[in-house]
Amino acid sequence: MSLFLETLIGGVLAGTLYALVAIGFVLIYKASGVFNYAQGSLLLFGALTFVSLKETGVPIAAALAVTAGLLIVTAVAIERFLLRPLTNRGPLTLFMATLGLSYLVEGVAQGLMGSRVRALDLGIEDLPLFLGDIMISRFDLVAAGVAVVLVVALALLFHRTRIGIQLRGVADDTRAALSLGIDIHRIWQIVWAVAGLVGLVAGLLWGARQGVQFSLSLVVLKALPVLIIGGFTSIAGAIVGGIVVGAGESLAETYVGPFLGGGITSWFAYGLALAFLLVRPAGLLGERPIERV
Amino acid sequence: MRRSLFAALLVGTVFGVGAPAAAAEVGQYIPLPTYRVGAYASSGELWWAGERDYFRYINEVEGGIDGIKLKVEEFETEWSPDRTVEVYERVKAGKDGSPLAFFFTHGTPASYALLDKAAADRIPLIDPAGGRTESVDGSVFPYAFPLLFSYYSQASTGINYIASKVGGLDKLKGLKIATVYHDSAYGRASQPAVDALAKRYGFENIQIPVADPGSEQSPQWRQVREVKPDWIFLRTWGVSTVVALKTAQRFGFPANRIIGDVWAGSESDVIPAGAAAIGYSALAPYPGGSDFEIHKRLKAAILDTGKSDLRDPKLFGAVNYNVGLVNAALAVEALRTGYRHFGARPLTGEEGRWAFEHLTIEPARLKQIGFDGLLQPIAITPTDHEGGGAARIQSWDGSRWVLQTDWIKADHALLKPLIEAGAKAYAREKGIVPRAAESAEAAAQ
Repeated sequence: MSLFLETLIGGVLAGTLYALVAIGFVLIYKASGVFNYAQGSLLLFGALTFVSLKETGVPIAAALAVTAGLLIVTAVAIERFLLRPLTNRGPLTLFMATLGLSYLVEGVAQGLMGSRVRALDLGIEDLPLFLGDIMISRFDLVAAGVAVVLVVALALLFHRTRIGIQLRGVADDTRAALSLGIDIHRIWQIVWAVAGLVGLVAGLLWGARQGVQFSLSLVVLKALPVLIIGGFTSIAGAIVGGIVVGAGESLAETYVGPFLGGGITSWFAYGLALAFLLVRPAGLLGERPIERV
Repeated sequence: MRRSLFAALLVGTVFGVGAPAAAAEVGQYIPLPTYRVGAYASSGELWWAGERDYFRYINEVEGGIDGIKLKVEEFETEWSPDRTVEVYERVKAGKDGSPLAFFFTHGTPASYALLDKAAADRIPLIDPAGGRTESVDGSVFPYAFPLLFSYYSQASTGINYIASKVGGLDKLKGLKIATVYHDSAYGRASQPAVDALAKRYGFENIQIPVADPGSEQSPQWRQVREVKPDWIFLRTWGVSTVVALKTAQRFGFPANRIIGDVWAGSESDVIPAGAAAIGYSALAPYPGGSDFEIHKRLKAAILDTGKSDLRDPKLFGAVNYNVGLVNAALAVEALRTGYRHFGARPLTGEEGRWAFEHLTIEPARLKQIGFDGLLQPIAITPTDHEGGGAARIQSWDGSRWVLQTDWIKADHALLKPLIEAGAKAYAREKGIVPRAAESAEAAAQ
């Protein structure tokens, strides 16, 4: 029983790290209907900038502030020079634009900061904590705590601030929001900036776990099944989806893996997502599209 | 009579004296499919710096190989096998008058993809410490050269090192040795050898796969904790090595009981793991460090003169930089062997094959070229395309790799039947008639 509980808790905590990556996608999709393929590249860009500054002796708080500022400037530039000229274009066009953007961001990041692997020490030791017989990763526990704080902060932003209400208005009905005088371009800039900052948090946690390097941008592959399961339009859905994927793949690897030759986590999450697509295409907490026919 | 004498002199001048001069002018074309950007750039950037620095050293300090300059051209592939195949198609006819003597694949997937194509085009594929293990058997794979250290040799050398730590091969009986491996063709490649070694020496062989990319490995290391192995053979790469070392620490498995393979033993694998990597050892056919003689020569002639391809001088002597140096040295020595046999002119693919099949680098020669301790002695034959099969062991002390042993050889007597069986099966499947060693000799005379 303790093995089961340890596997389950470990999986749930790992799942919150997947959820952190997925939240960045949800924010942009919810506000603009764009599936941002460049989210992984922005995550890498943020983490690489932070660690490069830190390596040059910049204090952590200053490095964090400079990186956050740079991500906000990047978000404004993306909206101004990429999204605005493509206003009213179809979702596929916007998706392709973000695809191009990801190559641009990755190229600039590697060109400016190099491609060597960097260690990132956030001061959180990945040592075990024991609850009776159950071992828990201290690092994963802290990461889960960060995810909870982030979700609470985003909930406050969306529900308690004027910007949040405008943002929800744009997400619900863009035309109606425009007719009420909401500056949709400003809202997009804010959403991309918030998604970039969420990506920075995810990038720092993943970077501390596996090193800051180019392949950090590939962690978004873990976010796709999370989004399908949780729903593309719900932050709570991203958290639930992350937990389902994390716990599911951990339990599957431990209890089903040995019968299938092991190493099943790479496809298990996608198999689970496929099942959800068949049964509940909008995901657990995503909005079901209603169309007049 | 006078006119014919003049004509004869003219012909003699063009084909006698002029030909070598023209050959030296043409140079030997060496295309390099590289990956300086993309997911694998962290290792690629250093690798190409090592290769290019050594080729530059040969051209600028030694005036080329027997007067023949090396004409290097890079092609960015982002380590994508399909792009490497595209590069191969573009360069296989050679360039600017130079035929293609060999093709560096720079990756096992590309070696697999090009295996049949290159054999049909009669162009040798060079993939040190990689490639298809069975292609060590040159009688079935005349154009494939997985030089230095096959995946079977990696397994055998790793087990031999463990034996040396526990007091001998007879002490392996009853031990539990778990292989934690990247669940891919690369990760699975050593399994037949470990199986055979387990049967021979009586240790328990436990195989634990890690799904790509390996960024979460708690279930695997929980399994390790359950089975309590005495040693771990780590056959991961990239992110999966860093996460393995960190997760091993969390589950209480000591790093000094983990032996990594070649591609899990660079600075990129251990620096991000921090303290969790201290004491971790890895097989090193390409030892890390910049204290070797060749590094002194390169520093004086290439680095200090600002001609190096290395972006960060602190990484001079990093494992991946040395991978590039060693691979370039193998190519240079093979070309030298070919020029001495065929004459100093750019070689064709067929001549390149002959050159690699007669490549011998003895300890005295290693000292001459400054690679003593960095490269093992090599003797490639038409039937043995590995030619080495040994590695040193290096351990990470938290800031650098420290060499622990001299060259430890794999158990070739045990591995040879496995390789031959695999090669025979491939020959049956493809309808290849294995060549005899003598016919291989005759073919390129």
